[in-house]
Amino acid sequence: MPVVTLTINDKLVSAQSDKTVLEAARDAGFEIPTLCHLEGLTPRGGCRLCLVEVEGVPRLLASCVTQVQEGMVVRTETERLHNYRKMMVELLLAERNHVCAVCVMNGHCELQSLAAKLGVDHVRYDYLCPDLPVDASHERNTRDPNRCILCARCIRVCDEVEGAHCLDMMGRGIHCNIITGMNQEWGKARSCTACGKCVQVCPTGALFKKGSSVAEMEKQREFLIWILDGRDKKVWHWSR
Amino acid sequence: MTTRQNGKVRLATAWFGGCAGCHMSLLDIDERIIDLVKLVEVVYTPIADIKKFPEDVDVTLVEGSVANSDHVREARDIRKKSKIVIAFGDCAVTGNVPALRNRLQVDKILEEVYGGGPGKPPSTEEQYAEVVPVLLSKVIPLHQIIPVDIFLPGCPPDPERIWTALTALLQGGPVALPPEMRSFG
Repeated sequence: MPVVTLTINDKLVSAQSDKTVLEAARDAGFEIPTLCHLEGLTPRGGCRLCLVEVEGVPRLLASCVTQVQEGMVVRTETERLHNYRKMMVELLLAERNHVCAVCVMNGHCELQSLAAKLGVDHVRYDYLCPDLPVDASHERNTRDPNRCILCARCIRVCDEVEGAHCLDMMGRGIHCNIITGMNQEWGKARSCTACGKCVQVCPTGALFKKGSSVAEMEKQREFLIWILDGRDKKVWHWSR
Repeated sequence: MTTRQNGKVRLATAWFGGCAGCHMSLLDIDERIIDLVKLVEVVYTPIADIKKFPEDVDVTLVEGSVANSDHVREARDIRKKSKIVIAFGDCAVTGNVPALRNRLQVDKILEEVYGGGPGKPPSTEEQYAEVVPVLLSKVIPLHQIIPVDIFLPGCPPDPERIWTALTALLQGGPVALPPEMRSFG
């Protein structure tokens, strides 16, 4: 694999030419916030938090779906990017009913910690307070769309890793929602293998183990790399 | 931050649509409350029985969401009479738990609780119009009614958070909480 050299935040960085800007930046020690991205799943470019500035490109690019190029000049931390990132997290918080105080993932949630990290101490937009029913029909897991950010990690892990494709997305814009078994109740969806991978990759409390109470849910993300490295590379991280 | 004769900051706390947990957390700063009282004069608080919000307050901590007509009126009064207003806790900052009712219609909630519940329902609207405040159709955060100077999230804000914010403020510095002290929930 050929190697290219690019500049990230004034630092010269080398990366394999099939890498994304996000991977190259993280390898070089730069932190870029993400929510829909998860190592092991196909990049989606959905949450837009990983937006970066690239010299010569008028618009901002999602670094998780932008391939590195020779001579590219990238900025990952500018005031403009910071303002947009804050705005995006605020819009996510305003769109559904994210009430951290009564959430199963309180204290372990990626959205909650990212909001704190970015300095979102209040939301400047009107809360939409949608009326979304919770699906507790599954024997093991519960889906609460009130806490969903539509990152589609669950859909991707169900399709790409478990191979079941029980989960999918339906509707557009504000009507967009995660569905199970072609929009049946989760408990009736025969394509669900009850493996629970979707629950483990979910960044918020939208998918959780049935019976979890406030702040009780913690998720194991390492399992994904463990499975994928074992399956594809025959490398087993026994010590992890 | 004060130029008062007694050298003390005039501090007020108010309680809107919330559970009083933020006030409990304020009391939970333990013996440091003695240090606090040396620095401030508490001029209004639901913990003491003071009827009227006083004039010329330096700092007001507002706990709770804006859920009814009284809260709107009091919030405006507080803003007019306070130099610094702090949204104190998640309900004031986001609406939090009280805002969970926002997906429901107010008249249906009242019907369910008072009409359908045990006991005699109020017969006419006029009967309690002057007594009971009118519920807003949506529970909203404080900053949607009045400008807020400082946001102190948390449900409740941890005593350490409150202490860090208050001491920074009383020493005249900006209130810049570290990330682990500014999360919701």
